[in-house]
Amino acid sequence: MTSDDIIDEITNREYEFGFTTNIESDKAPAGLNEDIIRLISAKKNEPEWLLQWRLEAFAIWQKMTEPNWAHVSYVKPDFQAISYYAAPKKKAKLNSLDELDPELRKTMDKLGISLEEQKRLHGVAVDFVMDSVSVATSFKEKLGELGIIFCSMSEAIQEHPDLVKKYLGTVVPRTDNFYAALNSAVFTDGSFCYIPKGVKCPMELSTYFRINEGGTGQFERTLVVADEESYVSYLEGCTAPQRDENQLHAAVVELISMRDAEIKYSTVQNWYPGDKEGKGGVFNFVTKRGLCDGDRSKISWTQVETGSAITWKYPSCILKGDHSVGEFYSVAVTNNMQQADTGTKMLHIGRNTKSTIISKGISAGNSQNSYRGLVHINKSAQNARNFSQCDSLLMSDTCGAHTFPYIEIKNKTAKVEHEATTSKIGEDQIFYCLQRGLDEEQAISMIVNGYAKEVLNKLPMEFAVEAQKLLAISLEGSVG
Amino acid sequence: MEATVTITAKDKFLALVEQHEKLPHVVGARKVLSQLDMPNTRMEDWRYTRTGKIGTEDWKMATSKTNPDISSFLIPGLEAKHLVIVDGQYREDLSELKNLVGISIETTTLVNDEQHQYQHFFEALGAALITTRIQVDIAPHVEIKDKLHIIHVTTEHQVLSQPYITIDAGKSSKAHFVESFVSIGEHHAFTNRTLRIQVAENASFTLDKIQSETDAHYLMNEDRIHVAGDGRFTINTLTIDGGWVRNNLHISFGGQNAEANLHGIYLPRKKQHIDNHTLVDHRVPHCNSNELYKGLLNDHATGVFNGKVYVQPNAQKTNAFQSNANILLSDDAQMNTKPELEIYADDVKCSHGTTTGQLDEDALFYLKARGLGEESARRLLTSAFINDVLDKVENDNIRNYVVSQLITRELLIA
Repeated sequence: MTSDDIIDEITNREYEFGFTTNIESDKAPAGLNEDIIRLISAKKNEPEWLLQWRLEAFAIWQKMTEPNWAHVSYVKPDFQAISYYAAPKKKAKLNSLDELDPELRKTMDKLGISLEEQKRLHGVAVDFVMDSVSVATSFKEKLGELGIIFCSMSEAIQEHPDLVKKYLGTVVPRTDNFYAALNSAVFTDGSFCYIPKGVKCPMELSTYFRINEGGTGQFERTLVVADEESYVSYLEGCTAPQRDENQLHAAVVELISMRDAEIKYSTVQNWYPGDKEGKGGVFNFVTKRGLCDGDRSKISWTQVETGSAITWKYPSCILKGDHSVGEFYSVAVTNNMQQADTGTKMLHIGRNTKSTIISKGISAGNSQNSYRGLVHINKSAQNARNFSQCDSLLMSDTCGAHTFPYIEIKNKTAKVEHEATTSKIGEDQIFYCLQRGLDEEQAISMIVNGYAKEVLNKLPMEFAVEAQKLLAISLEGSVG
Repeated sequence: MEATVTITAKDKFLALVEQHEKLPHVVGARKVLSQLDMPNTRMEDWRYTRTGKIGTEDWKMATSKTNPDISSFLIPGLEAKHLVIVDGQYREDLSELKNLVGISIETTTLVNDEQHQYQHFFEALGAALITTRIQVDIAPHVEIKDKLHIIHVTTEHQVLSQPYITIDAGKSSKAHFVESFVSIGEHHAFTNRTLRIQVAENASFTLDKIQSETDAHYLMNEDRIHVAGDGRFTINTLTIDGGWVRNNLHISFGGQNAEANLHGIYLPRKKQHIDNHTLVDHRVPHCNSNELYKGLLNDHATGVFNGKVYVQPNAQKTNAFQSNANILLSDDAQMNTKPELEIYADDVKCSHGTTTGQLDEDALFYLKARGLGEESARRLLTSAFINDVLDKVENDNIRNYVVSQLITRELLIA
């Protein structure tokens, strides 16, 4: 098999996880206005302050226009054609897995993340999000003993309103951007996590998102707060069923890391990328930002992005505390007609702050893959340090790989380095592998794997397996 | 009650164009000018460079004919002919172009550029109101022995100089030009120079650009270079001083096996602002580009480097390398860099790298431990840093001329 054949096979590969679960949902009519927001708020039994907060966000959103600076092109979604609320029929709280809707169980089995398995797999708590409402949460009691709050956002609003009110919108304000404002107005659920002072979370916290209802936008809101001297590793992964119409996903993720705390946030994203002609596929317009509020705090973003038709995502770190550390490790794979514009922002404010950016782009088919990043060293950021590396691997002659780094330095003690390379898999590399007895397919697989290893290594063990699976699906059967 | 009318900077420029409608111009540029906005920081290409102050001045065309002594602007020891432009006006009387073999210079040729797409207001302005038009033709198959030195001198306050220079380097020709920008006295003046170079097949063209303007001066350079197959183009942009400098350098390849080398240094101090925007457009396969820009920033200076490498879908076997390094010498200096790669072909080798920091403390310590004083140690390090670029200047006389200026600036060791 030649490399061209392999690449052809990649291009011809159909989305493996494309299937739909037939669960009736309780769904709001399409369209967005104040009444819909009142409906969402009422359905979720929210306090008055949150309704007002949403309505203000809606007013802000109406004054904003969609951003168009990203290196992507698509038909703008019609925001009045989207239904902003859908909840699975069964809303009753479950005491055991047996009570779960059999359809849902089947879905999870197909994804290879059945809850039994997850429960057996030591140290993983799964908060499974089906459309916009959480239906299954496990390991909660065990976490509760340590004082860790890990629940759906709607539950948190009911049970921990003070914490939510204190932190919601502090890292990503409603005025931040078009999609963040939209999310603030209409978010239906998401995850909330609070790690108390001095607690090291003993297990990886994991949330599986799944867009399920046709024509339903997914507006998740995630808030992770790590109090002083605490540690948490948070996992987020997604697969979505095959759809013809575009699905909009505009999530907001906020992380707050206090003095000596550390948050490790890992994402594996494999939403439906559309078919070979670029029909369908998820629009992924996500705002993710972390605040290193206290001294010696740390936030680390790791992402493996293989899905979505359009990705518009910049997980960022605000390094406010002295000696705080921000990290960004990313593998972004685009194939067929996919377009990705992703990267990070590192804002250095505190003294002796450090950031590392490792971004690996792989483009195939007719896809466009862009890295867009900002490193800003503020005047107050004495002895700031940044290292960025952005590599791109091209797998076809019709795809594109682009790098748009912004580097702004206002303090002379800063040490900032950026490097980027773009190339295709070297013929000499393949030749080397061939003469050591590997076939061409294995060779490409090995090279791509090695290329992404720096990032894959940063994922928690359980997740790394899944990530490799997704890389394989996105690129080729043998890769991964 | 009198209605208040706000006159914007753009209105002032448009009025100036109208006032001088008889001056040479490109019709299309005048048409498009009123539709373009003055550059501002909301525009991606101008996000780090403010143009507000340019708008506050009342610009005018050169009024009187001054007779500056240009002898101090000549490069000692350089065998060169010189073409002098004073306040945007070509001065035959001050120029020395006799016995220039293989080059013809015309000052009346009209610009034939109606199809051009103007990227920004100043570019259109430069073509809508041409204060001096110069067309240089280099005969094919000729190697030009003498250098041609184009000297832009500013002598007046608030003068707007907009020379429009085109150079056609014939097939298999070889030439080396020098261009310098200087002022006599400190003037709030705006030089908006347009340069178009066509490098024909197998021709080789080198341009050394030396910018030593005053703190009050505004300098805008719009350079568009087209290199045909097997052609070779080298530019060294040496920005020694200047209150506000913006260099737009746009190079595109028209045929295979062409090469472009872009090197530059910028050494802003005080409140100077120096911005280098480069675009290398790889439109055809098998071309090479090498880019190296270095900056030393002192006092309250700000620097901008925006380098873009564009590889079009069929431009396979492209080699494009870009490197940008900056040293901040003071607490208040700032540097914004944006090295971009936009690549649509797969069989390419492209890379870019950029670093920003201060002088290496370990290296300083090492030198001091070996008996060098703080000042000499620093100067040795800045010398090493700048010399990387200065070494690209092939001609000894030109390099020595720049070196002597940098010694005065205390950046190089004597």
